[in-house]
Amino acid sequence: MIRLENLACTFDAGTPNAKTVIKNFNLTVAAGEFVTIIGSNGAGKTTLFNLISGSLMPTSGRVWIKDQDVTAHPEYKRARYLGRIFQDPLAGTASNMTLEDNMMITCKKGFKWPVISLNRKMRAYFRDQLIHLKMGLEGRMKENVSSLSGGQRQALTLLMMVLSRPAIALLDEHTAALDPRNAAVVMDLTTRFIREHRLTTLMITHNMNHAIAYGSRLLMMDAGEIIIDVSGEEKAHLTVPRLLEMFADIRREAFGNDEMLLTGGRNLGH
Amino acid sequence: MLEGIFVEGLIYAIMALGVFFTFRILDFPDLTVDGSFPLGAVIMATSLTAGQNPLAGLLLAFGGGVLAGFVTAAIHNRLKVPHLLAGILTMTMLYSVNIRILDNRANLPLLRVDTVLTHVAAWAENRIPVEWAALIFFILVVLIIKLALDLFFHTDMGLVFGALGNNEQMVRVQGVNPATLKLIGVGLSNGLVALSGAFAAQYQGFADVNLGQGIVVSGLASVMLGEFIIKSNRIGMLTLRVILGAILFKAIMYLGRFYGYYINMTPNDLKLIAGILIIASLAVTNYRRIRGKGGTAA
Ligand SMILES: Nc1ncnc2c1ncn2[C@@H]1O[C@H](COP(=O)(O)OP(=O)(O)O)[C@@H](O)[C@H]1O
Ligand SMILES: [Mg+2]
Repeated sequence: MIRLENLACTFDAGTPNAKTVIKNFNLTVAAGEFVTIIGSNGAGKTTLFNLISGSLMPTSGRVWIKDQDVTAHPEYKRARYLGRIFQDPLAGTASNMTLEDNMMITCKKGFKWPVISLNRKMRAYFRDQLIHLKMGLEGRMKENVSSLSGGQRQALTLLMMVLSRPAIALLDEHTAALDPRNAAVVMDLTTRFIREHRLTTLMITHNMNHAIAYGSRLLMMDAGEIIIDVSGEEKAHLTVPRLLEMFADIRREAFGNDEMLLTGGRNLGH
Repeated sequence: MLEGIFVEGLIYAIMALGVFFTFRILDFPDLTVDGSFPLGAVIMATSLTAGQNPLAGLLLAFGGGVLAGFVTAAIHNRLKVPHLLAGILTMTMLYSVNIRILDNRANLPLLRVDTVLTHVAAWAENRIPVEWAALIFFILVVLIIKLALDLFFHTDMGLVFGALGNNEQMVRVQGVNPATLKLIGVGLSNGLVALSGAFAAQYQGFADVNLGQGIVVSGLASVMLGEFIIKSNRIGMLTLRVILGAILFKAIMYLGRFYGYYINMTPNDLKLIAGILIIASLAVTNYRRIRGKGGTAA
């Protein structure tokens, strides 16, 4: 579904500030896989999503989506296959517009013609979908999105994302800005939608327990590289102490002492 | 004189609706307006003089404005030039283009040709006073344009326009190319502006390449005055208040022109007044916002 070949991304290349954020990155994600991604702040996780979605162009390497080389495709063209949700609940909706207008814009991918599709039938369809969120939003379809709470907005964004039927979901710490109760609600919705719509999913999280509990495969990124990649049985039996142990082993191999491990470990354990 | 204010206000309202589209909906401050307004005027005057009927002239003027908007949007999209500069470039080039259209003249009187207004006057004869007929005609024209715009903003494309100025990222994630939308939006906006210029030329009885100087500022002032008098975010109200703002703006300018001499003002000071109006609107809006924030924090 997604294939990244020798991907590299350097910011400010050719200047003294040059900073390589992603390096020799190779990854193949099969259709239907649910991959969780963890890694310290600045490891390059968001940059990785930007490269996949096309909001950033790689310095070298290739991006394949659905067996198609999309490296040269602009973001809006790749968007056909991708549903993307950001940490900021404000990023996924237009706050000055009503719920139903937002849903009308996002329920279908691609160019919009000057025809009126928001009719009674469409509203009934939206209402049915909103009822599943169990947040009472079905009664507030004519209200501006700005009147919703962060949790409600993120749940709505999630719903709108699946309605547009992408093949791949890219979730970037999408519950991090929510309070624990709302975060749990949105996480429940996420797993339900992923199952129901058979979405191939990449989910960045800062919560190690989530990374272990959800998904079929776990990646740990550090300094722009994948340092841990577990799936199947191994992933199923993974625990937080075991994961930290694996991380420590890798660090010891790389540096031969424990000093780096401590700082690395602290960054990781939010 | 009173109908005069309303008629001019209504004609300028068409231009202000265009300015509203770019500045408020697209978040694309477009200065092409100063060139596309006289463009509409000179296209109209030239086609009337060439014997075209007024409707064909209006359509040509609208089309010319759309093309001018396309040029600005294309410069911005393709060459990554900031919108302000892209607009200034087109506006400057249009000055020469407009003189070319007038066959190397700076103005063209419309004395002995049939304009929309002579048709209106002919219809009004023996029925109602000509001034009132013109007023009714322009109310109808502006109403049709307003309703068409309202309808447009309820279409799928119109809704995406609403989201674009607010959250461009969301539009891209939706698989829509923002560059295409800007091209369409800036094009439509300048089409309206040129249409307004075409009506202005017929109402004043001449087209002049300098007709557009500072037009964008009066359009913006109209938009802001409108925002002042009506608070709403329903699209029907948004377009209505632009129209009311344009009429109010014209009224203020009339007052300035007729009573300004008491305080030693000349017509040359009107542009200064327009600018001060905008600055005052901005200052009051700012003040309200700060006070609003302080209120909730306390
Ligand atoms: N546009 C940019 N220009 C320069 N540096 C950037 C840019 N975007 C991200 N970075 C840097 O790249 C590194 C990785 O960032 P990011 O991918 O956001 O990390 P993560 O999401 O894993 O926390 C950070 O050090 C960040 O400062
Ligand atoms: Mg990040």
